[in-house]
Amino acid sequence: MASLWEYANPVKFMKVSGFLLPLTAVLATASIGIGLVWGFFFTPDDFRQGSTVKIIFLHVPSAFLAINAWAMMLVTSLIWLIRRHHVSALAAKAAGPIGATMTLIALMTGAIWGQPMWGTWWVWDPRLTSFLILFLFYIGYIALWSAIEDPDTAADLTSVLCLVGSVFAVLSRYAAIFWNQGLHQGASLSVAPGERMDWAYKGPLYLCMTGFVLLFLALVLAGTRTEIRARRMQALTARERAQERGAG
Amino acid sequence: MSALLIRDLRLAFRAGGGFGLGLGFFLILAVLVPLGVGPDQSTLGLIAPGILWVGALLACLLSLDRLFALDFEDGSLDLLATSPIPMEGVVAIKALAHWLTTCLPLALAAPLLGVLLNLPITAYAALLLSLLIGTPALSMIGAFGAALTVGLKRGGLLLSLLVLPLYVPTLVFGAQSVTRAAQGLDITTPLALLAGITAGSLALLPFAAAFALRINLR
Repeated sequence: MASLWEYANPVKFMKVSGFLLPLTAVLATASIGIGLVWGFFFTPDDFRQGSTVKIIFLHVPSAFLAINAWAMMLVTSLIWLIRRHHVSALAAKAAGPIGATMTLIALMTGAIWGQPMWGTWWVWDPRLTSFLILFLFYIGYIALWSAIEDPDTAADLTSVLCLVGSVFAVLSRYAAIFWNQGLHQGASLSVAPGERMDWAYKGPLYLCMTGFVLLFLALVLAGTRTEIRARRMQALTARERAQERGAG
Repeated sequence: MSALLIRDLRLAFRAGGGFGLGLGFFLILAVLVPLGVGPDQSTLGLIAPGILWVGALLACLLSLDRLFALDFEDGSLDLLATSPIPMEGVVAIKALAHWLTTCLPLALAAPLLGVLLNLPITAYAALLLSLLIGTPALSMIGAFGAALTVGLKRGGLLLSLLVLPLYVPTLVFGAQSVTRAAQGLDITTPLALLAGITAGSLALLPFAAAFALRINLR
C-alpha cells in the first residue's frame, strides 16, 4: 500500500500538487463566490442585528482558519523535526503569512461588526485579545524565518519556536479569560445543544467555510511549490558555481 | 556547574558587564510614566501594578541579547558544548545567572518604585512575592529566545519580537496578583498559576533552548 510519506518526496509532491492546485483554486473561488452571494443577498436580516450579521460569512471562516493554520504549522513542524521532510518545513513556512492574514481579516471584520453592535471598534475582550496575541506570534514566526539565511537552520529554529509558541499561545488564551470576562458571544458553531443558528445562515456559512479551507489549501500549495522551486534554483546556482571553480 | 555560575556572575558584576543597567531602566520608566500620565495620585495607584510589572519585564528583556552572544562570539560556547556538562545544564545555569544579576535586583527594587507610583499599601507584599515567583520564568523564556537568535547579526530587535508574546501569560498572572492585592482580594489563584508557569518553564524550556543552541553551533 502506498504510504502517505511518499508525498514528502519533492518530485512526487510537485506532480500531485500541480494537479491539485488548480482544482482547489477553482473550487475555492466557486464556493466562496456562491457562499458570499447567497449569504449577503439571499438570507434574511437578523431581527436584532439587522444586516450587520452577514459579516459572519467572512469573520467566522477566517477566524477558524487563523487558528487551524497555526495547528497545521505545528503538525508540519513536528513532522520536520521528527522525519526531516523538507516539504513539510516549507509548507509550514508557506502557511505562516497566510495564517497571519487570516488573523488580520478576522480582527478587522470583527472591528467593523463591533462598531455598530457594541458601539466600539475594539474592546479588550479575551477572544479579541487572544487573537491579537496570536497575530503577534505569527509575526515573530515569520520574522524568524526571514532572519536566518541557512534554510535548514531556519526550519529547525522556527519549528522549535512553533512548538514552544503553541504552548504559550494556549496559556495566553486562558490567561486572557482569567484576566477579563468577555463581551464576545460563544462559539458560532457548536455541536452542544442550546441556542443554535438557523439553517438559513448555516447553509451559506458552511459553504464559505469550505471555500476558505480550500482557499487556504490552494495558497499553501502554491506557496510550498514556490519555496521548492526557489530551493532548487539555489541548489542549481550553487552547483554551477562549484563547477566553474572546478574548471577554472 | 558552580564554576560556570561563578564565572557568569563575575563577568556581570565587573566593569562592562552591564550590571545595574536594568535597574536604571526600571527607575527611568517609573519616573517617565507619571510624567506622561499626569500626577493624579488615584490614577497612578490604579495603574501602578501593571506599570511595575511591565517595567520589570522590559528591564529583564534589555540584557537578554548578551546572554549567549558574547560566549558565542569568542568561542567559549563551543567549549561549553563539548564540556561534560550537558547543554541543558549550561542553559539553566546561564538563565540562573541572568536571574540573579537582573531580575532579583528588579524584584527587590520594585517596592521602592511602588512608593513613587502610589501603590496601595496592601499590594507591596504581593508585588515582591509575585515578582520573585514570576521572574524566573522571564529569565528562562528569555534564555530560550536568546538561544534562538544567538547566531544572528541583529538579533536584539528580533529577540524582543519573539520573547514578548511568550511573556504574556506571566505578565497577566503576575500583574493580576498585584492588582487583586491592591483591591483587597484573595491572590492565591493568580500566584499559584504564576508559580505553575514558572515551574513549567524551568522544567521544559532548557531542553528547547539547548536544542536551539546546538542547531546554532552546528
